[in-house]
Amino acid sequence: MKVLVPVKRVVDANVKVRVKADNTNVDTANLKMALNPFCEIAVEEAVRLKEAGSATEVVVVSIGTKAVQEQLRTAMALGADRAIHIETDEELVPLSIAKLLLAIQQKEQAGLVIFGKQSIDGDNNQTGQMLAALAGMPQATFASELKIDANNATVTREVDGGLQTLTMPLPAVVTVDLRLNEPRYASLPNIMKAKRKPLDVITMADLGVSLKEHQKVLKVTPPSERKAGIMVASVEELIEKLKTEAKVI
Amino acid sequence: MAILVLAEHDNTHLKLDTAKVVSAAKAIGTEIHLLVAGFECAEVVTFAKALDGVSKVLVADAAVYQAQLAENLAALVLTLADDYEHILSAASSVGKDTLPRIAALLDVSQISEVVAVVSNDTFVRPIYAGNALATVQSLDSKKVMTVRSSAFDVAASSGNADVVTLTQVIEAKTAFVSQELTVSARPELGSAGIIVSGGRGMGSSENFALLETLADKLGAAVGASRAAVDAGFVPNDLQVGQTGKIVAPDLYIAVGISGAIQHLAGMKDSKVIVAINKDPEAPIFQVADYGLEADLFEAVPALSNLL
Repeated sequence: MKVLVPVKRVVDANVKVRVKADNTNVDTANLKMALNPFCEIAVEEAVRLKEAGSATEVVVVSIGTKAVQEQLRTAMALGADRAIHIETDEELVPLSIAKLLLAIQQKEQAGLVIFGKQSIDGDNNQTGQMLAALAGMPQATFASELKIDANNATVTREVDGGLQTLTMPLPAVVTVDLRLNEPRYASLPNIMKAKRKPLDVITMADLGVSLKEHQKVLKVTPPSERKAGIMVASVEELIEKLKTEAKVI
Repeated sequence: MAILVLAEHDNTHLKLDTAKVVSAAKAIGTEIHLLVAGFECAEVVTFAKALDGVSKVLVADAAVYQAQLAENLAALVLTLADDYEHILSAASSVGKDTLPRIAALLDVSQISEVVAVVSNDTFVRPIYAGNALATVQSLDSKKVMTVRSSAFDVAASSGNADVVTLTQVIEAKTAFVSQELTVSARPELGSAGIIVSGGRGMGSSENFALLETLADKLGAAVGASRAAVDAGFVPNDLQVGQTGKIVAPDLYIAVGISGAIQHLAGMKDSKVIVAINKDPEAPIFQVADYGLEADLFEAVPALSNLL
């Protein structure tokens, strides 16, 4: 079985972004970029499936400018076999991304598509579910445990209130949560090897998918600042303030 | 055209989140229908029809809907979608699982975690872990969106809506195997007025008992940072943050939590934030209304004793 893992290049999780002065977007120029942390977990899980003999090949795919090839190389250094880059300068909504990924999934005949549950820039949490819908495949989101046997996936999901376990026939879409695994670090020899792994560059036109405009971002603003707080000297003072000033207890 | 709200429930109780989504729906329009899909969920319907602003409750009661799987829930909503311009649910685990599937089947984009309604096609949502707010206009004929419930008030329950029974029974390829729910006598994180949260500074699972004592004195829920969950101190459904629950209680007490961006994204809309930390440089003090630089192992028991 072939596993497809869509990955995204995002601003590094430890960087605090700022909104541009003209309120058109956040300013991402000259910021450190990285593989989205949830995508890293997805790649790790796919590679573990291959190591366990459940998967035959791990293909990573990313959509964006030429710069995303850096993240595709990272994914290959972590163990993915080859990469596909769909090159575009356009900012796409998750539905459009899902449509492009559907074309790739069909072409590759991937039996399992593993996504991160959300990207830490858009915070949408949509693409995996949308691909599953378009492909008519079952889905398991927020996975914290994944087992593949024969033609079925059994997935434990993190849901409000606890854990839920589902089983479904393949092909299926799984989106991963933080606790699924601990991604490995890429070793230097693997980084070198990844440079020689195949990376196909294609355009949106090659896929023959027609996309439309779904939404317009009118403005991007900073969140309202909290007013400065005060430091209290003792537990007594804290209780006093909460009772008389804030009136919350 | 009418607005469809997907009810959040466990087949017995209607979640408070739904009453908040109804408030968000009221800001869009007036004809609000609630869909209750579940199994043996008559009790849920009793609560649902009393929600103010809801004119109709659609009930799909069948064994296939018991676990509220995205696969057939989305297919069920698709059979109803012609009558609605807006389809809403809470940004809960069921909502986040199901709504994108509905949106894709309708070939429309989804707007996630709406925190404010500007007009019937324009909404505000946080991006980059809450470090920016995007005002987004939908160009689609149907608007599918999840609502961040902490941003809206609870709709009152003095109404009496009509109940309509749906007969569509749609099977799913996905099968439910089991579930393991965390049992707690304390209020739910999402709806608690006060939350006491612990981080890595708590040191161990046993030390969380200190917070539980404090929480019981205050009638509060207990939460945790990702560091505390990853260290195995508490189960992951207590996690407050970008990747856990987003909360906005009246009072949030952060104990031994440094205040990483990912945690702040989950609680910075709380009305009053108290931070107890022994590191005066901890970023949590920048968002705290009241900060106490102290050893939590002295401060927390002292706080419990004085309440």
